[in-house]
Amino acid sequence: MKSILERVKTKEVLVGDGAMGSLLMSMARDQMKKNCSESVNLASPEILAKIAGMYLDAGAQIVQTNTFGGSPLKLQDFSLEKKTEEINQVAVHAVRQAVKNEAYISGSCGPSGKLLKPYGSIDPEAMYESFFRQIKVLIEEGVDVLCIETMTDINEAKLAIQAARDISQTIPIMATMTFNFTPRGFHTVMGVTIEKAAKELIAQGANMTGSNCGNGIENMVLIARKFREFTRVPLLIQSNAGLPELMDGVPVYPESPEFMADKVEDLVNAGVSIIGGCCGTTPEHIRAIRQAVDAL
Amino acid sequence: MDILEQIAQFLADGDEEKTAELTEAAIGQGLTPRLILDRGLIAGMDITGKKFRDQEVFLPEVLLSARAMQMAMEKLKPLLLKDALPSRGKVVLGTVQGDLHDIGKNLVAIMLRGSGYEVIDLGTDVPAERFIATAIKEKASVIGVSALLTTTMPLMRQVKELHRKEGLDGKIKFLIGGAPVSEKYAEEIGADGYGCDAVQAVEWVEKNVKKGEPA
Repeated sequence: MKSILERVKTKEVLVGDGAMGSLLMSMARDQMKKNCSESVNLASPEILAKIAGMYLDAGAQIVQTNTFGGSPLKLQDFSLEKKTEEINQVAVHAVRQAVKNEAYISGSCGPSGKLLKPYGSIDPEAMYESFFRQIKVLIEEGVDVLCIETMTDINEAKLAIQAARDISQTIPIMATMTFNFTPRGFHTVMGVTIEKAAKELIAQGANMTGSNCGNGIENMVLIARKFREFTRVPLLIQSNAGLPELMDGVPVYPESPEFMADKVEDLVNAGVSIIGGCCGTTPEHIRAIRQAVDAL
Repeated sequence: MDILEQIAQFLADGDEEKTAELTEAAIGQGLTPRLILDRGLIAGMDITGKKFRDQEVFLPEVLLSARAMQMAMEKLKPLLLKDALPSRGKVVLGTVQGDLHDIGKNLVAIMLRGSGYEVIDLGTDVPAERFIATAIKEKASVIGVSALLTTTMPLMRQVKELHRKEGLDGKIKFLIGGAPVSEKYAEEIGADGYGCDAVQAVEWVEKNVKKGEPA
């Protein structure tokens, strides 16, 4: 299989997968109630392979591992930091078992949930070590690409990229941040602008950048256009299906598969090379996005 | 600029050392703790709060101001206790069961304490019963419940239902906050208020809890 970087450089548009959490909630409810999403990797790895298979069937060409919260700093909230290696290994194996060579395996790496000094109590060295430990396993287990995602602090994102680059000079890295719309343009909650994200994430060694989560796909079109003003690298967008509202205790996301698929052309015109989903998106959303990409 | 205005400015700039240093100096000059708190620290937090609300600054600036406030409060606290300054009310705070996110909730705690409220912080992963039992025992004015995850957000409703079942509607105010929470959701579960961020949550408490009420 050609490297993901070669594919996107030829202007090909690739489709990513959708949300993990809601499927885990429906398939491993008891485990999810007891502990974090990543604890499912230890309890029921077969569910991970099943979810990966569902997204592959829906047309995803990039399937993520269930390791968003798989860094020891994050896992320590659930007393699982000693299981860091196993949690990340199992996640990669499960996706591989489902997708074989039909899709790229993307190693998900989310925020630590802790604040760096001086805002919080974590030293940069400790943050780096935490990401290093997780990412080393993901790379050794053979992910095709790393996805450092949902970041709001540029320094935290850069420490993760640095750890990845210190482990491998060649592993493709996608790095995304989550932006809110403000009267002065898009910012993360930590105040990072798209310009800063685009410039600094790439300078740190990411090969692709963009945004995930957020507040619906229409904002993502604006965000992608803004990214394009500051960087020529391939962009990736993994939008959520809007912000959820609880209906009878169940979170319901407002954006339908058709609604999101309808924005695919705008995203591609804005220069986006990889389109996937985040919170609230389902295999149906990915199927619809797949069809829209194929119809371009 | 007098020393209180300077304290406010340093706090708004997030300079914790200077804020604490000048707070000590102000105490040395014989200014009353109440004056230092109101015209120095709270005034400074108001500057940051306003800028945050206007989206001129973001979370880092609020966190730094909150830290500066905490440092200065360490200096003031012994004096405030000695003066037996009446508390503006008690707030029981926590993150719902199954949720371990506490950045926003901690910020609310710091800012409430800074504004003269007594805060009982139950931490994260707090069962509904503990919120309610603590609030009753402590004669709290407000219960503040936080959640970051869509998966744990429904637990807010459980806490609210227990609150109602215990007959606390209208007696202990119920405030919610957290990333997935909305005004609409607050209404739906029957909460009295909603803070879209820490600054708004504190403003809500200030507006809705009168001194000494109801405890």
